Amino acid sequence: MLNKSRQIRLVWILGLVLAVSATVYSVLRVFNDNLVLFYTPTQLKESPPPGRNYRLGGMVEMGSLVRTGDGLSMRFRVTDQNNVLSVTYTGITPDLFKEGKGVVAQGRLENGIFVASEILAKHDENYMPPKLKQ
Amino acid sequence: MIPELAQLALSLALMLALLTGGFGLWQVTRPEPPLVYLARGMAGSSVLVFSLILASFGALVASFVLSDFSVLNVAENSNILLPLPYKIAASWGSHEGSLLLWTLMLSGWTAAVALFSSRLAPGFRIRVLGVLLILQFAFVGFLLTSSNPFGRLLPAAVSGRDLNPLLQDPIMVSHPPLLYMGYVGFAVSFAFAVAALLEGRLDPTWARWSRPWANAAWSFLTVGILLGSWWAYTVLGWGGWWFWDPVENASLLPWLAGTALIHSLAVTDKRDALKSWTVLLAMVTFALSLLGTFLVRSGVLTSVHAFAADPKRGILILALLVLVIGFSFVLYAARTGKVGLGGQFSWRSRESLLLINNVLMVSALAAVMLGTLYPLVIEVLTGNKMSVGPPYFNAVFAPLLLPAVWLMAIAPYSQWKSMPLGEAMRAMLWPLLGAMLVTGLTIWRWGKPSLLLVLGLAAAVTLAYATVAQARQQLAKLRRHGGSVLLSDRARQLGMSYWGMIVAHVGIAVFVAGVTLVKTYEVERDLVMAPGQTESLGEWRLTFIGVDSVPGPNYQAGHGVFELTRGSGREITLIEPEKRQFTAGGQVITQAAIEAGFFGDVYVSLGEPVAADRASSRPSEQAWSVRMYLKPFINWIWWGCALMAIGGIMTLFDKRYKRLRARPVVAEPAR
Repeated sequence: MLNKSRQIRLVWILGLVLAVSATVYSVLRVFNDNLVLFYTPTQLKESPPPGRNYRLGGMVEMGSLVRTGDGLSMRFRVTDQNNVLSVTYTGITPDLFKEGKGVVAQGRLENGIFVASEILAKHDENYMPPKLKQ
Repeated sequence: MIPELAQLALSLALMLALLTGGFGLWQVTRPEPPLVYLARGMAGSSVLVFSLILASFGALVASFVLSDFSVLNVAENSNILLPLPYKIAASWGSHEGSLLLWTLMLSGWTAAVALFSSRLAPGFRIRVLGVLLILQFAFVGFLLTSSNPFGRLLPAAVSGRDLNPLLQDPIMVSHPPLLYMGYVGFAVSFAFAVAALLEGRLDPTWARWSRPWANAAWSFLTVGILLGSWWAYTVLGWGGWWFWDPVENASLLPWLAGTALIHSLAVTDKRDALKSWTVLLAMVTFALSLLGTFLVRSGVLTSVHAFAADPKRGILILALLVLVIGFSFVLYAARTGKVGLGGQFSWRSRESLLLINNVLMVSALAAVMLGTLYPLVIEVLTGNKMSVGPPYFNAVFAPLLLPAVWLMAIAPYSQWKSMPLGEAMRAMLWPLLGAMLVTGLTIWRWGKPSLLLVLGLAAAVTLAYATVAQARQQLAKLRRHGGSVLLSDRARQLGMSYWGMIVAHVGIAVFVAGVTLVKTYEVERDLVMAPGQTESLGEWRLTFIGVDSVPGPNYQAGHGVFELTRGSGREITLIEPEKRQFTAGGQVITQAAIEAGFFGDVYVSLGEPVAADRASSRPSEQAWSVRMYLKPFINWIWWGCALMAIGGIMTLFDKRYKRLRARPVVAEPAR
C-alpha cells in the first residue's frame, strides 16, 4: 500500500516521463521531415528520390547559363562529369555562383528539370562537391 | 629573424607550461607540500607563459604588418595592397593564426586567474593553475607540431595571396577575438571544476569564485556571436542574420550550455545545491567550446571559416577533444559521489525555476546538437551527404525557449528554498495586461496575427515589464525599510549583480521582440531596375540612379546609387550598395547598403547587371537586379544581445567580489 505522498510523486514522475517522451517524439518527427539529402546528377538520374526537397551538387557547365524573361529567371546545367541535369531558378544568385564553379542548389525535380528554390553560397571560391574531387 | 624568435618563445612557453603545471599538480598531492611558495611560483609561471605567447603573437602581427612574404602564413593570407587594419586582422584569419590567438586567449585568462586569485586557498589555486597550464601545454604543442604559424616559404613570394575578401570587414576584425575570449574563458570554470574534483571537495566558495569568470566568458561569447551574425547580415548580401549553418551552431552550443551554467552556478553559490550538476555543466561547456573549435577549424565543415583542410590537424584536434572530455568525465564519474548533491528545496522556489531554465537550455542544446552532428555522423558512416534544414531548428527552438522567457519574467519575484506561488503570480497581472495591450495594438496596426507573434511579443513585453517593475519594487522596499532617500544610493545597495541580471533579462526581452517582429513583418523583393526606375515596397520608394565603377584600396567597386524616400516625404536618403571585385584573387563580394532606424532597416543590395540590356553599352543605362528588403526592428536583435553582454559584465563589478579579493578565503565548511 503506497502512502499519499508516494502516490503524488508517482503521478508526477509518470507525467514527466509522458511529457518528455511526447517532446522527444515530436522533435524527432520535425527532424525527420527536414532532413535534406544531397545528390549528384548521376544519383538523381539513376534513382530519383521521392518528392520532397533535396540538394543537388555539381559544377555549373561552361556556357550553359542562360538568363530568361524578366532578367531574374535563369537556366543552367549542372554536371558531375558523367551526367548533366538542367536547373531553373528565379532570383538573385550569390556572388560565388559562376560558370565552371561548384554549386549547391536546393529544390525538387519536376519533369526531369530541377527547379531550385535556393542557390546556396556557403562555400569558398575553390569549393568542390567532394564527389567531384576524385 | 622575428618568426624564429617567436617560435623560440612558443617552445619556451611549451616547456614552462608542462614543467610548472605538471610539477605543481604532482607536488600538491604529496604530504605537506610547500603550498604557499608553490602557488606563488605557479602564478608567476602563468604570467611568464602569457608574456611568451603574447610576444610570439606580437611577432606574428609584426610579420603581417611588415608583409614578410617569406612566412608561408603571411604569403597565403595577406597582400601588399591590404589596408593596415586588415593586415593585422589577417594574423588570425588563417587556421594557424587563429589557433595562436586561441592559445593566447587561454594564457591571458590563466594570467588573469593567477593575478586575481592570490586570496584563494593555495592548494586549490595550485590545482586550478595547474590544469590551465597543462591545457596550454597541449595547445602550444598542437600549434608547434601541426599548425606552426611561422613556417617559412623559401624563396619568398613576391606578393601574398590575400585575405579572404569576405573577412575584410570592420566587424570581422573583432568577431574572432571576442568569440575566442568567450570560448576560452570557459576553460577557467572548467579548471575550477576539475580542481574541485581533484581536491574532492566542493563548497560554495568554489561556485563563488567560478561565477565572475563564467559570467565574463559568457558575455564575450554573446558579443562574439552577435558580431558574427551582424557581419552575415551586412556582407553576405541576402539579409539573413542567422542561417542555422553548422558553423553558427558550433558557437551556439557552448552559449546554451554557458547560459545554463551561469544560472546553475547561482544556485550552487547561494544555496549550495545542484552541485554535481553544476560541475558537469562547467565541463560540458568547455567541451562544447572545444567541439566548436574542432568543427570550425578542422575543415569538417565547408564554409568561410574552414581554409585549406588538412585531415591531420582535424584528427589532432579531435584527439585533444577526446582526451580532455574523456579525462574530465572519468574524473567526474569517480569523484562525484564524494561531492554530494547539496541542499534540498521545494518545487515552488527560485532553485527549481533555475533548474527548469537549465532543463530547457540543455534540451535546446540537445536539439541543436542533433541537427548539427547527425549529418556529419551519417556522412562518416554511410558516405551519404545530407543537411538539416532551418525549419527544423525554428520548429524546435521556439517551443523550447519561449517557456524559458515566460518563466524568466517570474524568476526575480521568486524566493530561495520555498515561496507562496500566489504572490509571484499576482505580480504578473500588470505585465500580462501590458503585454496583451501591446500585442493587440501591434496586430491592429500591422496585421499578420500568428501564434508566434502573439506568444513571442507577449512574452517579450511581459518579461521587460515584469523585470523593470521588480527593480522598482525593490527600490521602493528599500525606501520603506529606511534606505537612503537618494535613488542612486538605494540602487547601489541592491548591488551590481542584481542590476546585471535586470539588464541582461531586459536584453532577452528586446532580443525576443526583435526576432518575433522581424520574422513576422519582414518583406523581401528581388527586382530588376533600370536607371531612373522607381519601385516601392511598403511605404518606402526606391529610385535607381545607376552603378559606377569606383576604385577602392584593394578592389574595384561597382558602386550603386539609389534614392530612398518614405511615403510622399520630401527627404531623400542616398543608398549606396557595392559590388566589390578584389584585385588579388578576383573574388566578388556584395556589400549591402543599410538605412538603419529604430523601427527597422531598409536593406538594399546589388545583384548583377542584367544581360538583356547589354545592347546599350553605356554603363549609365545598364539595368541591374536588386534586392530590396524591409527588416522591421532588426536592430533590436543586436541591441538585445548587447544588453545581455553588458548585464554579464556588470555582475563582475559586484562588491562581494571586491570583498573576496580583500579577505583571505580559507575553505569554509560545507553547510
